Amino acid sequence: MQASLSLSLSLPPAAPRSDPAPTVFRPSALRFCGLRREALGLRPLRPAGSTWVFPSPARTPSRKTVAAVSGNGSPSKGFDYDLVIIGAGVGGHGAALHAVEKGLKTAIIEGDIVGGTCVNRGCVPSKALLAVSGRMRELQNEHHLKALGLQVSSPGYDRQGVADHANNLASKIRNNLTNSLKALGVDILTGVGTIAGTQKVKYGKVGFPDTEITAKDIIIATGSVPFVPNGIEVDGKTVFTSDHALKLEWVPEWIAIVGSGYIGLEFSDVYSALGSEVTFVEALDQLMPGFDPEIGKLAQRVLINPRKIDYHTGVFAKKITPAKDGKPVLIELIDAKTKEPKDTLEVDAALIATGRAPFTKGLGLENINIVTQRGFVPVNERMQVIDASGNLIPHLYCIGDANGKMMLAHAASAQGISVVEQIGGRDNVLNHLSIPAACFTHPEISMVGMTEPQAREKAQQEGFEVSVAKTSFKANTKALAENEGEGLAKLIYRPDTGEILGVHILGMHAADLIHEASNAIALGTRVQDIKFAVHAHPTLSEVLDELFKSAKVNTGVSPSSVNEPVTV
Amino acid sequence: MAGVGQLHLGTPFLPSASIRGRSSGGGGSRRLTTRIQAKIREIFMPALSSTMTEGKIVSWVRAEGDKLSKGESVVVVESDKADMDVETFYDGYLAAIMVEEGDVAAVGSAIALLAETEDEIPLAKSQASSSSSPAASPRAAETPVPPSPSETAPEAVSSPPPSPKSSQAAVSSTHPASESGRRIVATPYAKKLAKDLKVELGSVAGSGPMGRIVAKDVEAAAAVAAAAAPVSSVPPKSISDSAAVKAPASPAIQLGTVVPFTTMQGAVSKNMVESLSVPTFRVGYTITTDALDSLYKKIKSKGVTMTALLAKATALALTKHPVVNSSCRDGKSFTYNSSINIAVAVAIDGGLITPVLQDADKVDIYSLSRKWKELVDKARAKQLQPHEYNNGTFTLSNLGMFGVDRFDAILPPGTGAIMAVGASQPSVVATKDGRIGVKSQMQVNVTADHRVIYGADLAAFLQTLAKIIEDPKELTL
Repeated sequence: MQASLSLSLSLPPAAPRSDPAPTVFRPSALRFCGLRREALGLRPLRPAGSTWVFPSPARTPSRKTVAAVSGNGSPSKGFDYDLVIIGAGVGGHGAALHAVEKGLKTAIIEGDIVGGTCVNRGCVPSKALLAVSGRMRELQNEHHLKALGLQVSSPGYDRQGVADHANNLASKIRNNLTNSLKALGVDILTGVGTIAGTQKVKYGKVGFPDTEITAKDIIIATGSVPFVPNGIEVDGKTVFTSDHALKLEWVPEWIAIVGSGYIGLEFSDVYSALGSEVTFVEALDQLMPGFDPEIGKLAQRVLINPRKIDYHTGVFAKKITPAKDGKPVLIELIDAKTKEPKDTLEVDAALIATGRAPFTKGLGLENINIVTQRGFVPVNERMQVIDASGNLIPHLYCIGDANGKMMLAHAASAQGISVVEQIGGRDNVLNHLSIPAACFTHPEISMVGMTEPQAREKAQQEGFEVSVAKTSFKANTKALAENEGEGLAKLIYRPDTGEILGVHILGMHAADLIHEASNAIALGTRVQDIKFAVHAHPTLSEVLDELFKSAKVNTGVSPSSVNEPVTV
Repeated sequence: MAGVGQLHLGTPFLPSASIRGRSSGGGGSRRLTTRIQAKIREIFMPALSSTMTEGKIVSWVRAEGDKLSKGESVVVVESDKADMDVETFYDGYLAAIMVEEGDVAAVGSAIALLAETEDEIPLAKSQASSSSSPAASPRAAETPVPPSPSETAPEAVSSPPPSPKSSQAAVSSTHPASESGRRIVATPYAKKLAKDLKVELGSVAGSGPMGRIVAKDVEAAAAVAAAAAPVSSVPPKSISDSAAVKAPASPAIQLGTVVPFTTMQGAVSKNMVESLSVPTFRVGYTITTDALDSLYKKIKSKGVTMTALLAKATALALTKHPVVNSSCRDGKSFTYNSSINIAVAVAIDGGLITPVLQDADKVDIYSLSRKWKELVDKARAKQLQPHEYNNGTFTLSNLGMFGVDRFDAILPPGTGAIMAVGASQPSVVATKDGRIGVKSQMQVNVTADHRVIYGADLAAFLQTLAKIIEDPKELTL
C-alpha cells in the first residue's frame, strides 16, 4: 500500500485513483471481483449541498436506497437514452457506473437477475466455497497445525451451512449491485433485450420484445453460459456444470472434473477439501494448459499430487451418462488425437468445466448483418462491433464474455469503461496484457501479461531478448511465519529496456499480490524504476520486491516518459 | 520442462532474502554419489529429500561422450518436491545413459556410467547394455511388489477358517461394470495408496459403491499382507488395529544357533519369572461389539483407533471399580492408584513394549487416539521414555487382529490386572426375544492378583465394561 501510494503520487495520471477523497462515498458493496475501486475513485466529488445522501459506508449491509434525483443525465436530442446496455453483469454494471459519471443518460436491460454470471453463478459464490475449503484444509493439515503448536480435534462441516454461505454472499452482492445502479439513477429495464436496428433496442418477455427504445449508443454485454460439449448429458444432479455445483447440493464421494482450467481447478480445491476424491479429465497433454508451464508444473506438485486427485490427460470425454437405475455416472474417454476409445470411468458425479460459451442467441444480431464466430460477437480493439462484410457498425459495442477477448469479469468492466470513454470523445484502447487473472486455490495462482513461451515466441519474431527472474516464498518472512513457504513468483522481462512482459505467482495470497505487477504493466513502469519502490516488512509483497530487485536490466533508470502500452 | 531449462540459462533464481543459504532446497544442486567400478563409475539416482523414493529424469544436461568436470551439472532430476540440478562428483566422461529422459528410477539405482578416460567409454557402454540391472529399470517402483494377498491367502488356509472378509479379499475383483474383472475401478486415493503401500489393485476386492476399490480396501489389503507374511495366519478382524499388528518379522533365522538375550528380552525374562510369585486367577467374558464396530466406523476418519476405544472403555469401567486398578507390591498393603493409566502391549522388532495412555478415563477419545499414534511411532523408533512405558496401572493385550479368539495373559508385576482381548467375530446367538441372530462378539479374559482383587470384583468390572462397549456413547463424550 505504502509503495503503491508513493508511486502513484509521482505519476500524475494515477494520482486521483489512490486519492483517499474522504468525502466521496465509497460503498463497500461494490468491491466484487476486485475491480470496482478505481472506477469509483474517478467519480468527481459532488458539489456541496447536492441531493446525495449516503449513510456511513461499509457497516450497514442493507442500506436504504437513496433518492438519486439527478444522477442520470438527460438524453441527447431525439433519443430515449444516451446509452443502453444489454446485460447487467459485471461488465454492464461497470459501464453503467462510468457512463453516469460521464453524464450520460443510461439504461440497463436485464432478462435474468442483476449481477450476471460473476455475482450469481461464478466468481462470487465460488469464493465463498473456497473460503470454506481453505479453512478446512488448514484445520485438516495435522502436520501444519502441529508445526504452529495448534491442536484441533476432528474438524467437520455442515454442507447446508456452507451452501448457505455461498448463496447469501451472492444475494448480498447482487443487492449491493442493484442498489448502486438505482442510487445512480440508472434505469433497470426488465426483460430480454434485442437489437431492433441501428440505435434501436427492443425488450420484453422472451420472444415478445414489445417495448422499443432508442439510444445513441448501445453496448452488448450479455456474457456467457457454461459450455457443454456434445455427447455430455447434463441432468443437474449427477452430471452438472458450475451453475449447479455452486449450490453445493451434495458432496459426492468421487467426482470427475472435465477440464482443468481455472474453474475445474478451483472446484477440485473445494471438493477435495470437503472430502471428495477427484479425477480430472483434460483434453490437452498437460493439466492446467492455460498457465505458464513452470507455474503449471509447480501447481501440479502443490495442488494435485499430494491430494486425493488423479487425472487423465490427452483424452476427450466423448459421452457422459448421468447416474440412473443404480448405475454410476459413466464417462467414455477417447484419445484426443486418435479418437480411439481409451477408458471408461465410473464415478458418483461429473462436473463439466470445459469453458464457457457466449450467450448471444436471440440478440437479433442478424437484423444488422452481424455473423458471430462460434457465438462470439466480432469486435475491434475498441470493442466496436464488426459486421459480416468487415465494416464497423457505428454506435454498437460489445464487451465481456460475449466478445471472447478475455473472459474475466474485471476485463468486461474495464472494456465497458473504455467504451464509455470513447463515447465521451476520449479515445481509449484497453491494454489487455495489463489485466491480471487469478485462480483462488490454496495456495492461489495469479498472472498478468504473457507466459514465458508466449514471450519467447514474440521475442523471436521481433528480435529482442527475454530474461526471467524468480523468487521463492520459502525465504519470505511473512510466508514462513504463516508456515506457507510453498510458492514461486516469476518475472518475464526485457533485459534491454526493462519492460515487464509477464508476472506469474503461485503462493499464499497470490491473487492479491499480482496487482503491483499489473499496475506496473498498465502504467508502463519499468523494472529498473519499480525496484526502488519500498515494501513494508515483513509482508508477502516482499516476494515481488525481491523479484524486481533480482532482475538484471542493461539500462539505467528510464527517462520519465512512459511508453505507449501494447494492445492486443 | 521449459522452466527447468531456464535454470541453466543463467536465470537468477533467488532462494532470497533472509535465508540465502544454498541448502534451502529451492534451487541448490546436489552432488551425485558414485560407486567405483574399476575406472568406470556408476552415477546413482540421488535422494534429494528425506521422503524421496524415486526420481524422474527431467533432462540430461550433458550427452553421452561429453567430458565432465567435478561440480558440473549433468542431469535434472524431479523428486516429489522439486526439480534439481544434479552435479558430478568426479571428472570423467559421460559414457552411457541408462535411464532416459522422462523415465523413473529408484533412489540409489544407477542412472548412468561415468568413465575416467575416453578409452573406457566403449567398455562402459557394453557394461551398461549387459548389466541393465533391475535397479536401473525405468519402472523400478513397479517391480518389487510384495506377495499379494491372493498368493498368500491360499497357503495360509491351514490355520483358522478365513473370515468372510478375508475370503473375499482373496478373490480378484469382480466389479459388475468392470467387464468381469478385466478392468479395475479404484478411486484416486485408493490408487495413490496402492502405489505407496505397494498393493496390487488387481487382487483387491472393492467394498465401495458398485464394488469399486476405495482407500480402506487398499489399507486392509496392505494390513493383510503385513500380517500374513510373518504369522502365516489370516487377516485382521473388525476389531483390529494396524498400529499393534506388526508382529516381529524374523529375517533369516540361523537354525541351531544359540542367541544371547537382548536387553529387552532379559528384562522381559526377569519380569516373567517375578510374576510367578503373584497368585493370579482369570475371569472371562463375552462382549457384543456391533455397536462399538459401528461407532468405530463412524469416527475412524477422525483418526480414532480401536486401541484407543478399548483403552477408553476399560478406563471408564475402572473408574467404577477402583480396586481393579489397584496394585499390591509388598503383600501387606495395596494402593488405590490415583490415576488410571492404561498400558497397551505392542509387539515391536525384537520384543514387546507397553506404552502407557495416561489418565485414559479423563482424556477425550480424539486426543487419546493421537497420543496412541505418537506412542506407537516412538515405540517403533525405540524412542519411548521410561515414563511412557513404566507407569501403567492396568494392561491391555490384544491379539484379535491375528484372528486369535481367546488367550490368557500373564500379570505384569506391580499391577493389579491385565486384560487379554480376542478377535471380534460374527457369531450365531440366541437373542432375548427367542430369535436366532448374528452378532459380532469378542472374548476378553482378565488375569488379576487375587491378593487384592477377588472374583466378584472382576465379574462386576467386566459387566460394567460390557455395558460400556455394548452402548458406547460414553466413549465419545
